[in-house]
Amino acid sequence: MGMTMTQKILARHAGLDHVVPGQLVEARLDLVLGNDITAPVAITEFRKAGLTQVFDKDKIALVLDHSTPCKDIKSAQLCAQAREFAKEFNITHFYDVGCMGVEHALLPEKGLTAPGECMIGADSHTCTYGAVGMFSTGVGSTDMAAGMATGLAWFKVPAAIKVTLTGKLQPYVSGKDVILHLIGLIGVDGALYKSLEFAGEGVGELSMDDRFTIANMAIEAGAKNGIFPVDDKTRAYLDGRVTRSWEAVEADADAEYEQEIVIDLNTLQPTVALPHLPSNTRTVDQVAGTPIQQVVIGSCTNGRLDDLRQAAAVLKGRKVADGVRCIVIPATQQITLDAMAEGLIQIFIEAGCAVSTPTCGPCLGGHMGVLSDHERAISTTNRNFVGRMGPVSSEIILANPAVAAASAVAGCVADPRNL
Amino acid sequence: MKVYKYGDNVDTDVIIPARYLNAPDAKSLASHCMEDIDASFASTVEAGDIIVAGSNFGCGSSREHAPLSIKASGIQCVIAPSFARIFYRNAINIGLPILESPEAAAAIQAGDTVSVDFTTGTITDETQGKTWQAAPFPPFVNGIIEAGGLLNSLKARGVAR
Repeated sequence: MGMTMTQKILARHAGLDHVVPGQLVEARLDLVLGNDITAPVAITEFRKAGLTQVFDKDKIALVLDHSTPCKDIKSAQLCAQAREFAKEFNITHFYDVGCMGVEHALLPEKGLTAPGECMIGADSHTCTYGAVGMFSTGVGSTDMAAGMATGLAWFKVPAAIKVTLTGKLQPYVSGKDVILHLIGLIGVDGALYKSLEFAGEGVGELSMDDRFTIANMAIEAGAKNGIFPVDDKTRAYLDGRVTRSWEAVEADADAEYEQEIVIDLNTLQPTVALPHLPSNTRTVDQVAGTPIQQVVIGSCTNGRLDDLRQAAAVLKGRKVADGVRCIVIPATQQITLDAMAEGLIQIFIEAGCAVSTPTCGPCLGGHMGVLSDHERAISTTNRNFVGRMGPVSSEIILANPAVAAASAVAGCVADPRNL
Repeated sequence: MKVYKYGDNVDTDVIIPARYLNAPDAKSLASHCMEDIDASFASTVEAGDIIVAGSNFGCGSSREHAPLSIKASGIQCVIAPSFARIFYRNAINIGLPILESPEAAAAIQAGDTVSVDFTTGTITDETQGKTWQAAPFPPFVNGIIEAGGLLNSLKARGVAR
C-alpha cells in the first residue's frame, strides 16, 4: 500500500521506510513553535522538570502575538517570562513587539517553513503550514516543552481524506469559502484524527494565501493537518524566503484514503458560518441582511496581503456604515508595509476602519475588539464558538474578507456581488 | 461521584474562556472551568466527580489550560465517544484520565453515580446497574502515563536533559 504526503513525511522523520495509519511513531522535528499564551505554560513545565538544555536554539520559534502589545499586567508578565527564556537559551527566532506578526502568517514569511519538513506548534492553527507541503500540527504546552528539550514528538500516523479540487474560483470567492464549504460538508469532527490531503488541478488555481487559509482551518474539521502538493506557485513563494535545502513529497499513486471528496471550485459561492460552529454554513445570499455591529478583517486565517486586497477592493471609495466598527489587522509588519505601498491602508482608513498593529487580539476575545452583550460580529477569523469574542450572548459569523468588507459597508451581512 | 453531562463538540473556549488564560495557576483556572457552558459548574463540582459528554470533546484551541482546569477542579475523568486530538494528547500529557466509550457516554445521565476502574477501563453506572468497557490506551501511551507524564518519560529515557 502506498503512502499519502503526510505519511511519507512522518516516515522520513521517524527514520522508517514505511508507516501505516494508526502506527505510533516518534518523529524528529524541524521546528517547535509557541506563543505568549502557550509558551509560558511550556516554559514552566520545562523548568519544573529540571530541564536545562534546548535541542537546537535555531529550531525553536517564539512569537508574542496573542495579547500583544500587552493588554494587561498579567499578559505582560507572561510575555516577560517568554522573553527571559528566549534570552537565556539564545533562541534565534524570537519575535517580540515591533517585529512580531500573527505566528502562522509570520513563520512562512520568514522562511521557517519548507516542503517535506515536520513541526509542532503549541497553537491549534499550526496546521497552516501544510500549504507549503509540510507536516505541521498543533499540540499543547507539555508537548512543546518536550519538543524544545528533545526535538522529538510522538504521533499516531493519521488515515487520510483526499480532497480533490477542480475548476477555478469565481470573483469574491476565496480560500475561506473552500474550507468553510468543506467543513459544512463533513462537520467539525469530520476529519477527526485524520489528515486532509488536497489534490487536483484546482490546486494550481489557488494563490498561496488561499492555500494558507484552507490549511489553517483544517483543525476546524478536527483534522490533524491539512496538506497541499508543491507546485510552481509554492516554489515561487519559497524563492528568496527559504535558503536551506528542502525536499518535497508526493503522494503515492496507490496511497489509501478513507474518504474522497471532490469540490468544483467553479460552483462555490461566498460562504459564511453562522453561530456557534464553523460547520454551520450557509451561502451569503441565504443570510444577507442579518444585522451586525462589528467587522474584523485579519487573523492567521485571513490577515495576509491577498485578503487585505480583497477587502480593500470592496471598501475603496465607500464608507463603513453608521453603527458598525470595522477593525482591520494586517497579520505581519511586512504585510502592513506591502499594504501601505499598495495604498490599501489609506483605503481602509478613509473608509472609516480602525487599522491595528499585528495581533491575534479579537479572534479569541483577547483585546482590540471584544464584543458586548448580544452584539454580533462578522469576522474573517476561524472560530465562532460561544463566548469566543465576548460574552456568551455575543455572536460571530465567519466569512471571507470581501464578504466582511461588504457587510461593513451595508451594516448587515451582505453579498459583495450585490453591493 | 456525581456526573456532569454535556453535548457534542464542547470546545476549549467554553471549558476555559480566553479571558482567563493569563490566570497564574491551575486552581485559579479551575474557578472559571466550564463557565460559558455551565455557570454553576465551578461552584458545585466536588473531587471525584465525572464529566460525560458527546463526541469531539475539547475541540478548538490547543490551550492546555483546558484539561488543566478540569483536572484542578477535581474531576476524576472525562467520558466521551471521541475527543478532539489535541485535547486527547494534552490530557495524557498532564495526567487527566479520559475514556472513549460511545455506549457509556450515551447511556449515563446527569446525576447518576458512576465509578471507573482505570486499570481495566471498566465504567460502572451504579444508578442504572450497567457496565461498559472503554477502549484501552495503546502500550506506548500507557508508558507515558506510568512514567508520570511526557516529560518524565523522556527524562527517564535520557533524551531530555
